[in-house]
Amino acid sequence: MKALAARRHDRRAPVVLLLLALLLTGGLYAVLAPASADAAPKTASTDDIAAGEKLFQANCATCHGPSAAGTASGPSLIGVGAAAVDFQVGTGRMPAQMSGPQIEAKPVQFDDEQISQLAAYVASLGVGPAIPTDEQVDPALGDPANGMALFRTNCAMCHNAVGAGGALSQGKFAPKLWETSPRHLYEAMLTGPQSMPVFNDANITPEGKRDIIAFIDQQGDTAPGGMTLGALGPVSEGLWAWVVGIGLLIGAAVWIGAKSS
Amino acid sequence: MTTTTSTPTRTARAAAGTADYLDQRTGIGVAVKTFARKIFPDHWSFLLGEIALYSFITILISGVFLTMFFVPSMNETVYNGPWPTMQGVEMSEAFASTLRLSFEVRGGLLMRQIHHWAALIFMAAIVTHMMRIFFTGAFRKPRELNWVVGFTLLILGLAAGFSGYSLPDDVLSGNGLRITDGVVRAIPIIGSYMSYFIFGGEFPGQDLIPRLFTVHVLLVPGLILALIGLHLFFVVLHKHTQFPGSGRTNSNVVGYPVFPVYTAKAGGYFFIVFGVIALMGATMSINPVWNYGPFDPSPVSAGAQPDWYMLFLEGSLRLMPGAAEIVIAGFTIPLNVIIPAMIVPGVLFTLLAAYPFVEALATGDKREHHILDRPRNRPFRTAFGVSLLVAFFILVLAGSNDLIATHFHLSINDITWTFRVLLFLGPWFAFYITKRICLGLQRKDRELVLHGHETGRIVRFASGEYIEVHKPLDAHERWLRVQHDAIRPLEIEPAEDSRGVRRKGYRADRIRQRLSEMFYEDRIDPVTPAELAAAHSHGEHDVLEPAGAHGELTGAVGGGQHFVAPTDETHPEKRNR
Repeated sequence: MKALAARRHDRRAPVVLLLLALLLTGGLYAVLAPASADAAPKTASTDDIAAGEKLFQANCATCHGPSAAGTASGPSLIGVGAAAVDFQVGTGRMPAQMSGPQIEAKPVQFDDEQISQLAAYVASLGVGPAIPTDEQVDPALGDPANGMALFRTNCAMCHNAVGAGGALSQGKFAPKLWETSPRHLYEAMLTGPQSMPVFNDANITPEGKRDIIAFIDQQGDTAPGGMTLGALGPVSEGLWAWVVGIGLLIGAAVWIGAKSS
Repeated sequence: MTTTTSTPTRTARAAAGTADYLDQRTGIGVAVKTFARKIFPDHWSFLLGEIALYSFITILISGVFLTMFFVPSMNETVYNGPWPTMQGVEMSEAFASTLRLSFEVRGGLLMRQIHHWAALIFMAAIVTHMMRIFFTGAFRKPRELNWVVGFTLLILGLAAGFSGYSLPDDVLSGNGLRITDGVVRAIPIIGSYMSYFIFGGEFPGQDLIPRLFTVHVLLVPGLILALIGLHLFFVVLHKHTQFPGSGRTNSNVVGYPVFPVYTAKAGGYFFIVFGVIALMGATMSINPVWNYGPFDPSPVSAGAQPDWYMLFLEGSLRLMPGAAEIVIAGFTIPLNVIIPAMIVPGVLFTLLAAYPFVEALATGDKREHHILDRPRNRPFRTAFGVSLLVAFFILVLAGSNDLIATHFHLSINDITWTFRVLLFLGPWFAFYITKRICLGLQRKDRELVLHGHETGRIVRFASGEYIEVHKPLDAHERWLRVQHDAIRPLEIEPAEDSRGVRRKGYRADRIRQRLSEMFYEDRIDPVTPAELAAAHSHGEHDVLEPAGAHGELTGAVGGGQHFVAPTDETHPEKRNR
């Protein structure tokens, strides 16, 4: 008993306890966390406006209204086009999880067929931008150098020089672009979701948009110089200079100082 | 040389021959002998300045390589190289040559990254070294001038970093230059003339890169080298300071000779510093200019910030409300730029440079100091240093407000307002807390000296009384806690002499006294020998047998405190390190 009591006061005890608690929490989370929705098998059925309407009434009408004309809590969807639906639902932003400064991307809630049905329904309500073809968004066909020029004039002020993302006012932000699919990139430019301005075809031509996609694809998170450190620029470089550089060097200094002379 | 001295090897003879040749012609043997026997005290924190020195050498070596390939010209050219996103883009020769250095010159990117990482480490090492000097009071007489030399090196380091950062002529550094241009223009009356003078016409002009190149590779490094020479000369002249401890006084230096101990330690440390920087250069991307593209005045990307040592200025500008711009009789006074970009750094740097002289004034001490202070023993200085650092740190964070917003999912507006308030409250709060901690630690020291260590040994007497046995400090431990001076606020002569005549200079003296009170009013004096004797003599219990070998501390006991002899006297060398 005495030995046990003495060990309880070991000064390493809190650290060990903390580690155990962390391990337990992490383990429980790994076991209990909801698994991401399984992707439904892709079926190549034709767009079905009626099926889309049914989905809309069940999942979207609460905010966007039964006729998609909008309510106090959601905008009208008449005339937003299939591209907007494909982007919003296809990146998981819609249906929205909760209101906040910004509706954020999350695991996609519908399968591809359902998304195309929803898109078909919304497109049937009014004329709007269509989903781009694979050729329109193929980065291999774009000119990354022209994309660089367009990107830094039109996109970099919010999305960072290479698309690492950046802050907007009041908790809103421009997201990182490296994980977004070319089609969704194109649709975002075309429809201007949330705080993003619309870049219609008069602003940036379809070829220009493809060049931008080529630039993001080509440059994005590339790192000829080693780890990118988030491609965030001098702040993260400075942080790492202090943490890694000065950290290691002070460690070495303490070691040298402790060496018997 | 494993053979005996009587039969020297060929190398040994060659070395001796060379040394003799040099000595006969230069008499260098005397200097080498003197310097090799010079004693330096030993502590890890004395190596912080060496990080700065060695990273500067690394900067010089890698910089020479870079000048072989860099073209300091703003002439237009069209890129035609391996990097796809720049194909056929118009850019300056400076930018094109930076890309060539990065992607075509063998080892060029490594050298660029080593150069830039070394620059960040150089500045960080200067700041860390300066903190060590500040918090241990190493700037006191006779070293005030060396503090000023070091401070100038800090400013020159900023200049070197900023001029080098702008050389590649990319968008990011161009944004920085545009801010510089704006700040220069904000200087009342001469601002616009100054801007034209610096840029050789309207921003950005054609002259700036060549001018910055000369500043960066000739002017500033030359000055830095000269001042490093002076800095080190002063170190040798004044001798190195040492931490307090038994046997260490103001008139000796306890440590090891330069040869062989420090030639090994410091020489080895150079390779560690170079190695760490090379490792960073080889594995971590820094200033990837191809991300930003060639300079063009129109684009500004999110996350546009300067290198860390300039980040406090960026933060200062970001915090300033734009509404502070005023117009008087048609003349715009841009206080929204003047205050954050000139007054804030001006105040911070003036406080830093002038501090040793202000403290000397408040202390009224003309003696030389070669024994360092323990930071707790000078609460005002420590608290002041911490509050300066807190102000600097808040500005650095404010300069990174957009990244804080995205990474912690916060509103950038809230962050900015928080920092605006914190900039004014944080330093005061830090000052108060630090001072209380220092005073608390000093009280703890007093307590230890007077009553000894708690042993956890509870003894019950025949009468039923329980006491805890305390183990007194040994002489070395005690010396560390009582060796410092108790500095009291200055006393001044009265305002009027005995005949009621007002004394000249009283007002100046009074101001100085107020300053002195600010520094030294709150203080905990070290235990005096009388107090120590008193603590050991007024006890009622004389129960525990004192151990004879440690007579002076183990006699009587007092106030429920009972001393026993220290039983595990370790070697003094192993203590206080």
